[in-house]
Amino acid sequence: MKRWWLVGWLGVSLLVAGGLAHLASSEPDGLERVAEDLDFAEQAEEGGLGCLPDYQVPGHEDSWVGGSLAGVAGTLVVLGAALGLGGLLRRLRREG
Amino acid sequence: MHIPDGFLSVPVLLGLGALSAGGIGLAARWGARDLEDRQIPLMGVSGAFVFAAQMVNVPVGIGTSGHLLGGALLAALLGPHLAALVMVCVVAVQCLLFQDGGLTALGANAFNMAVVGPYVAWAVLAVGRRFRAEWVALFAAGWASVVAGALLAAVELAVSGTVPLWPALVAMGTVHAVIGVGEGLLTVLVVRFLARVRPELVEVGR
Repeated sequence: MKRWWLVGWLGVSLLVAGGLAHLASSEPDGLERVAEDLDFAEQAEEGGLGCLPDYQVPGHEDSWVGGSLAGVAGTLVVLGAALGLGGLLRRLRREG
Repeated sequence: MHIPDGFLSVPVLLGLGALSAGGIGLAARWGARDLEDRQIPLMGVSGAFVFAAQMVNVPVGIGTSGHLLGGALLAALLGPHLAALVMVCVVAVQCLLFQDGGLTALGANAFNMAVVGPYVAWAVLAVGRRFRAEWVALFAAGWASVVAGALLAAVELAVSGTVPLWPALVAMGTVHAVIGVGEGLLTVLVVRFLARVRPELVEVGR
């Protein structure tokens, strides 16, 4: 089975999350922009469970490496979650 | 368009949480029925790619930035059911690990971006197939999945009493009609590339 291209695609994803993401624009996204224009942005509440808020390692917000690590970690967690989900569905199919 | 905590009222949050849960349940049922084993690695890697790509905000010129959402891309690769489930993984990780999208708004964000997006995209792709205009349809699918999510968010904000309906619809619709062009172009670009490398894995054209 030729799986090299999948490994390559994963590599590209890790490069995007760990490298290219540093070039991301910090301009407000669509909803943030609308919230400012229509004057309800201040209703947003910060905080939550996530241990890597804003894709940064807490205490190292200026660190380039921290941002890269956060991106790479997130990419790998999604990889694992989606693979696990696939396994779960396979079991569901067998039982169904 | 990740909705933070504080924007939506409790009834709206509960309703969207229930809709999301129901949608995920149905997607899991239908997705499991059609699942082929070879799709499982693709689910993992395409999900990882969508997460990574969502980190890259690109300025779109009207004082705002957009990023790939990925619902249409995943729908073209995996079909709508698996695409919705993979999108749920992405949105959940963004919320639970990175505080991107409020914790209480997880159900709303999952509904707008993960559940609705792939099915809207799939419907557009099905129309395109009928008219033998699949690549045009792919662009339209990406655009429509973004605009549909944005309009839904506007309705949810209005029902919550956060903002009046028409201004919200107009503002969210306009901004995301622009962002959606990028989504459409990127969707076509990535699917075209994959279709050349691994044609058998792309659902479009079958």
